[in-house]
Amino acid sequence: MPLSPLSTPVAEPPVAARAAVARTFSVAIAGSGGAGVMTAGTLLLDAAARAGLYGLMVRTSGPQIRGGEAAALLRLGPQPVATLDDRFDLLLAIDWQNLHRFADEIPLGAASLLVGDSDAGEAPEALRRSGATLHALALKKTAKACGGAWVNMIALGLAGALAGLPVAALEAALRASWKRSAESLAPNLAALQQGVAMALGLPDERPAPLLPRTDAPAGRWLLSGNEAAGCGALRGGVRFVAAYPITPATELLEWMAPALTQVGGTLLQAEDELASVNMIIGASYGGVPSLTATAGPGLALMTEGIGLAVAAEVPIVVVDVMRGGPSTGIPAKSEQSDLSFAVDGLHGDAPRLVLAPNSIADCLAATEWAVQLAEALQAPAVVLSDQFMGQSRAVIDRPAHPGVPARRLTAPAATAADAPAYQRYLDTPSGISPMAVPGTPGTVYTADGLEHSERGIPSSQAADHRKQLDKRQRKLDRHDYGARWADVEGDADLAVITFGSTTAAVREAVARAALQGVPLRLLSLRLLAPLRIEALTDALRGVRQVLVVEQNHGGQLLRYLRSRADLPGRASGLHRPGPLPLRPGELCAAFVDWAAAHAPQEANS
Amino acid sequence: MNDTTLEARLSAADYKSDYKPIWCPGCGDYTVLSSLTKALAMIQRPPHEVAVVSGIGCSSRIPAYTTCYGFHGVHGRALAAGTGLKVARPDLTVVVTGGDGDGYSIGGNHFMHACRRNVDMTYIVMDNHVYGMTKGQASPTTEPDWDNKLAPGGTGIRAFHPLVIALASGANFIGRGFSGDPNGTAAIIAQAIRHPGFSFVEILSPCVTFRPEQKGWKEIVRAAPVEPTDDPALAARRIMTDDGFNIGVLYAGHRNPYPARVGSAARSVADLEREFEL
Repeated sequence: MPLSPLSTPVAEPPVAARAAVARTFSVAIAGSGGAGVMTAGTLLLDAAARAGLYGLMVRTSGPQIRGGEAAALLRLGPQPVATLDDRFDLLLAIDWQNLHRFADEIPLGAASLLVGDSDAGEAPEALRRSGATLHALALKKTAKACGGAWVNMIALGLAGALAGLPVAALEAALRASWKRSAESLAPNLAALQQGVAMALGLPDERPAPLLPRTDAPAGRWLLSGNEAAGCGALRGGVRFVAAYPITPATELLEWMAPALTQVGGTLLQAEDELASVNMIIGASYGGVPSLTATAGPGLALMTEGIGLAVAAEVPIVVVDVMRGGPSTGIPAKSEQSDLSFAVDGLHGDAPRLVLAPNSIADCLAATEWAVQLAEALQAPAVVLSDQFMGQSRAVIDRPAHPGVPARRLTAPAATAADAPAYQRYLDTPSGISPMAVPGTPGTVYTADGLEHSERGIPSSQAADHRKQLDKRQRKLDRHDYGARWADVEGDADLAVITFGSTTAAVREAVARAALQGVPLRLLSLRLLAPLRIEALTDALRGVRQVLVVEQNHGGQLLRYLRSRADLPGRASGLHRPGPLPLRPGELCAAFVDWAAAHAPQEANS
Repeated sequence: MNDTTLEARLSAADYKSDYKPIWCPGCGDYTVLSSLTKALAMIQRPPHEVAVVSGIGCSSRIPAYTTCYGFHGVHGRALAAGTGLKVARPDLTVVVTGGDGDGYSIGGNHFMHACRRNVDMTYIVMDNHVYGMTKGQASPTTEPDWDNKLAPGGTGIRAFHPLVIALASGANFIGRGFSGDPNGTAAIIAQAIRHPGFSFVEILSPCVTFRPEQKGWKEIVRAAPVEPTDDPALAARRIMTDDGFNIGVLYAGHRNPYPARVGSAARSVADLEREFEL
């Protein structure tokens, strides 16, 4: 059941559903390069946080290196927000240049407002035919009249006031970010006020604003998924990173570079991804927990290194911030299409860990867990984040637990004359054998990507090969992963399975469907490999039918699950490639239809 | 047992493991192994504080033949693994080893960038102008007219000049040894290990199986008739004009080694996390 390539209009959810799935306000601020839309969006998100609210800001831009059209897509609300809505309440365009390119990414409806500059000409037809109410306002002129203020400050005031944010919160956000002279702040504050006044001057037919919260939890965080993953890596104990720049993973590395030096680690820029993965293998062989971050093209180059980490049993973590593929694909936009490659893309029988965070907050927790698992199991771990989470910023509740350093089973020094010869690849019941750290006397060995004996000597003998293959599989299979392998919600007899950033839209769609009398069970898989087949079977107990939802063209998760597990009923898939996100409203409509098609026999008769 | 007495005892034999090499009888790599262990004995660093890192090929088997920590990775990536190890563990002595195919062909990009990066480690290439493990194909240093099954009549491509590339890319120490001169080669390797930054030692190491004519190298090699220089321009002229058989230290520069910006752990992760707080 592939979704249509473009999001088709769906009926508004009933009032009850909209109320129970907390009211949110979606705003897009768009314009050409230099208009400052990202700054306005960032300040709007900060102001919402100051007003006790939560929010998500997604960045989208054209292909230009600098300048070019761009849009900040925000969704604000009283509860944590992890996905965009089906429709925007407001599109505020500082100018119309190339804005038609965003028509699919910024869906509007009849209840939406479309605000542009009265001196910028006609709004593009692609936007006007949405039926949104168009207001042309003197944005640039008003900014100029405020002593040469920036037009994006008008936009900030306008969007903030329409969203229901107090002026004080907007002003505080602006003041906190101001790095220029005090004199230049005043006109921009005035422009912000003018934007607020413009909003209040609009006719009453406008989207309902949010109510500020005074009871918001203290100590909330504002960060991107890439920053969260970097932070999780540090919490997990990573102290060495080697990497090659690649969109959309670069910000993760740029956050870690100064952070690592402050906590006693280092980051090295490699000449390519072949080098970066081998550098972290070398560093980890040296006893230092190590990580690299990349995207699909880099992951492709890293596979030989990941295979080496499997064979030589060297713990490493590779964060893949997925983007549109194959090949160079769509570098700056999101897709969940590296899954098949991550779980199966190595030569030989090569057990590895594959994890997928399912929110910006989970980018932290899942990456930290990946480091812990890699270290504990002496195996490579691939973390499948994506551009949507990686480059978006969100207000989240403070991540709960403090960092626990990664633990690796190491070999003690063996200096006694009668100490037995150290066997690096000893075939233990758990499959985990103590790993000597160079510098330790009495335990020298050669780590090897060639098949080897327990002692670590290259071997092409069947018995050694079988023993080491069994060992490497067993250590992953026997580990107790606890309850974190998946988020399992609800107990309905129809189940929706998903992973990664799509989870948030699925979760919201499931909540909306419940309000329409269609209960669904939700499974979001965090540990994709090794697949917890027994736990999955348990979690699906009582389920009659399964629907697998993901953002790619081929239904990779569906195919993966079908190949590994006996899913109940006739498992079907619902998938669409990037870069358009799957939206909660369209998913809810699809779920309701799917549930109706699979109603119990007695209900049909 | 204190360190002094330990160090005083270390001989070349202490660095040689019991494993029998897979090499053909008469292979030049046997004497390179012997030169490496002699050099380590000159340095007197305990074997467990030395890591020997390699890629894939006949000569890349060398780590397990030592009593040092060894890393036998994938084809062409030894310098990358060695770089990660040395930057993460600057306390270790890191020696990277391999052959001409591993280092100059599949690993060519890493070779250039390792020279440029100038991490304090030593790279030993056993150059026999042939892929021996795959039984006799042309490598980057093979003569263009060398006939072989994969390139009948020869590749027709001029040979790669590793020393010139190393110098141009920024290697801080460049030497050439010959496997038939184990003591001289040991002295060059020891000097290379002691020299700060990235040290490159190319060792002519005949393949008696696929290039039996290389047995004649012993008649051709000669000590470089010059003193080592720290002048890159002079070194470039010498390296570019010699015939590839001058043995000795050809360049010893003064570039500062790669500054591993390993921090001082002044802050905790919890400190860093405050930047995310609203």
